[in-house]
Amino acid sequence: MFKVIDKSIISADEMVLNMGPQHPSTHGVLRLKIITDGEIVSKVEPVIGYLHRCFEKHCENLSYEQIVPFTDRCDYLASMHMSHSYSMAVEKLLDVELPERVEYIRVIIAELQRIASHLIAVGAFGLDVGAITPFTWTLRDRERILDLFELLCGARLLYNYVWPGGVSHDLPSKFVERTKEFLDYFEPQIDEYNQLLTTNKIFIERSADVGVLPLNVGVNFGVTGPSLRASGTNFDLRKDEPYSVYSKFDFDVPVGEGLMGTVGDCWDRYYVRVLEMKESVKIIRQAFEGLPSGDVHEVLPKKIRPRKGEAYSRYESARGDVGFYIRSDGKNTPTRLKMRSPAYCNLSVLDEISSGWMISDVITILGSLDIVLGEIDR
Amino acid sequence: MTSIVDTIYNLISYIDIDTNILLLFAIIIPGLVIFVLMALNVMLAVYFERKVAAFMQDRLGPMEVGIFGFKGGKKFWGGIGQIFADTIKLLTKEDIMPAGADKVLMLISPFIIVMGALLTFIGIPFTDGLIVSNFNIGILYIIAMSSVGVIGVILAGWSSNNKWSLYGAMRSAAQIISYEIPIGLTLLLIVIVCGSLQVSEIVAWQAENRWFILHSPFSFIAFFIYFISVVAETNRTPFDIPEAESELVAGWMTEFSGFKWSIFFMSEYANMLIVSLVASFVFLGGWLSPLTIFNIFPESWLLFDGFYWGVFWLFSKAIFLIFVMMWFRWTFPRLRVDQLMYTCWKVFIPFSLANLFLITLWELVL
Repeated sequence: MFKVIDKSIISADEMVLNMGPQHPSTHGVLRLKIITDGEIVSKVEPVIGYLHRCFEKHCENLSYEQIVPFTDRCDYLASMHMSHSYSMAVEKLLDVELPERVEYIRVIIAELQRIASHLIAVGAFGLDVGAITPFTWTLRDRERILDLFELLCGARLLYNYVWPGGVSHDLPSKFVERTKEFLDYFEPQIDEYNQLLTTNKIFIERSADVGVLPLNVGVNFGVTGPSLRASGTNFDLRKDEPYSVYSKFDFDVPVGEGLMGTVGDCWDRYYVRVLEMKESVKIIRQAFEGLPSGDVHEVLPKKIRPRKGEAYSRYESARGDVGFYIRSDGKNTPTRLKMRSPAYCNLSVLDEISSGWMISDVITILGSLDIVLGEIDR
Repeated sequence: MTSIVDTIYNLISYIDIDTNILLLFAIIIPGLVIFVLMALNVMLAVYFERKVAAFMQDRLGPMEVGIFGFKGGKKFWGGIGQIFADTIKLLTKEDIMPAGADKVLMLISPFIIVMGALLTFIGIPFTDGLIVSNFNIGILYIIAMSSVGVIGVILAGWSSNNKWSLYGAMRSAAQIISYEIPIGLTLLLIVIVCGSLQVSEIVAWQAENRWFILHSPFSFIAFFIYFISVVAETNRTPFDIPEAESELVAGWMTEFSGFKWSIFFMSEYANMLIVSLVASFVFLGGWLSPLTIFNIFPESWLLFDGFYWGVFWLFSKAIFLIFVMMWFRWTFPRLRVDQLMYTCWKVFIPFSLANLFLITLWELVL
C-alpha cells in the first residue's frame, strides 16, 4: 500500500546556527544567524552592533581636529583612507586649496595603505578556505608597510596622519628610498602568492563559481569597491570622480573577468584585490616621479570654524565608496556627521548570494566581501 | 619470525607461577611500551610539526623554551623545552564539562578513540620480528582497528551538546567511513600479489621480489590512492573538514579541554604514525634498506640491512611520509564536504576497483 507521508510530522526541522560573535572567521565581532538544513544554508542574517561606539554622535561634541583619530578607528585596516576621506569633507567645507605636495603624499600613503589592507584581505581569505601559510606570508609583507608608516608618523595601525589642511609631518628623509626598496621587493611577491594560493586547484574549486554576485544585484544593494568591480564593472572613484591628484596618474582598474568560473564569484573578488595591489604599486611609482617640493600644511586657523553649510566627500577606500557628510553651523564642532560605510553595504548582500550554499561557503563568501566590523558598527 | 609477546613469555617462563599470570605480564609489558611510544610520538611530532610549519611560513617556530639549567643554550636547543611545556600545560589545564553534556559519553569518547589507535599497534611491526603479535590476518586487523575511532568521534560530537561539535562529528563519520573503502581496496592489491595477510610475509615477499610500489604501474597508482585516502582518514588538511577551524571552530573537539583533548591529540598523531608505517611496509619495503632497490651499490653497503637498521629504515620512511602530510597541511586549502565525497566515491573508488581488476590480470599474464 502506498501511503502519502504526512510531511508535517516527519519533515526535517531547520536548525538555527549562531556563528559568532566569537568565531574564528567572522572577521571581528559579527554574528551570523544561519538557518541551515543539514549543511545547506537557507538564510543568513547578519547581526551587527557588537562594536558600536557611537562614532557619529560622539563627533558632534568634538572639534574638527579631534575627530581625526576617531575616523582612524573606524576602518582600522585602512586608517589612512578614513582620515583622508574625512579631511576631504572638511576641506570642502573650508574651501581650501591644498599644496601639491600634500596631495602627492596623501596619494602615496593611501596606495600603500590599500596594499596593506588588501594583503590582509587576500591572506584572510586564504585562511577562510583553510590555507594558513598565505596569511603569514601576506602579514610578513604588510609588516614592511607598517614599518614604513612607523617611520612616517610613529604609529603602526592608527596613524592620525592625514589632517584637515595637510598631513601631520613631511616625509622623513629615508622614506622615499625605503618605499622604493619595498616596492621592488613586493612586486615579485605577488606572483609568489599567485603560485601558492591563487592558482591552487583546491583553492579554485572552493572559490570559483561560489557566491556569484550579479552586477545588477550588487548595484541594487549598494555594493562598492573591489567586491562590485569583480562583478564586471570598472566603477572606481579614483577614475570616475577623480579626487586629490589621481587624474594625473596612469593606472588600470582591475575588473572581474570570470577567469576560473563565473564573473562575480569569490575567486574574482579575491583576484581583483590581488590585481589592485599591482596597480597601487604602479601609482606609487608614478607619484614618486612627480613628487613636488613644498609645504605640507595649508595655513588654517588654530580653531577650524567652517562656514554654515554642508559637504559630502566620496572616497575610494580599500573596501569601497566611503562617504563623509558634514553639516556645520559655523561652530567649531559639526552639527551632524554621517559616514557612509562601504563594508556595511557590502555585508548586506551576504544573505542574497549565500543562501543555497553550504556552511563552508558562507565563510568563503564572507571572506571574499572583506568586511571590517569597526567600520560597519562605527 | 617471533613476536614480542612470545619472546617475553619465553624469557619469564622460568618463574614458577601460574602460566596465565605470566601471559598477562607478557601482554601488559608491550602494552606499556606502546603507550609510552605513543606519548613520545605525540610530543616529538608536535614539535616537528611546529618547526615544519614555521619553516614553511617564514618563521622560526618555538625558540624560547630551552632545557632547564641551560642558560644561554636557548638558541642552540631550538626551543626543545617547548615539548615539555606543551605537555605540562595540556595535562594541568582545567577539564571543562559543559552543562547539558552527556557526561558518561563525553568521558569515554576520548578513550574509545585512543583505544582504536593503541590496538592497531598490536599488528604493526617495527622491524623484522619486533611486533607485538604476529598474527596471520595482520592487514585485515589493522584496517578493522583503525576504523574503531570513528565511534568515539561520533560520541564526542553528540555528547558535547554543541552544534559545531555535531557538525564536525557527522562530517567526520561520513568522511572516515567513506575513505575506509579505497584504503581497503588498495591494501587488497598486495594481498592478491603476495597471497598473505600477514605483515611479515608481505615484507618477505618484497625482499624476494621488489618494493611493492615498483612492482607494477597499478601498485604505483595504488600507493598514491592509499596515501591521499589516509590523509583524509586521519583528518588532515586538505581533508580536515571535521575540525575545520575557520568554519567549525574546532569541530567535534570544540568542547573538550585539558587531558581529554590531549588524548584526542595523541590519537591524531598516533594515527598519522600508524598509516605512515602501514604505507611503509606495504608499499615501500618496510624495514628493507632502500640501497637494495637498484643493484648499483657495492655489496658491502648491504650491511645496512638488519634488525637494528630495519628500525631505522622503517621509521625513516614513516617520518618522511609524516613530513609530507605536514607539508600538505601548511600548503593546501581545505576541500568542501561535497568535494571531499566526490573525490572518494567518484574518483578513488572506481580507480582502486579498476586497479584491483588490472593487477589480477597483470599477475596472470606476467
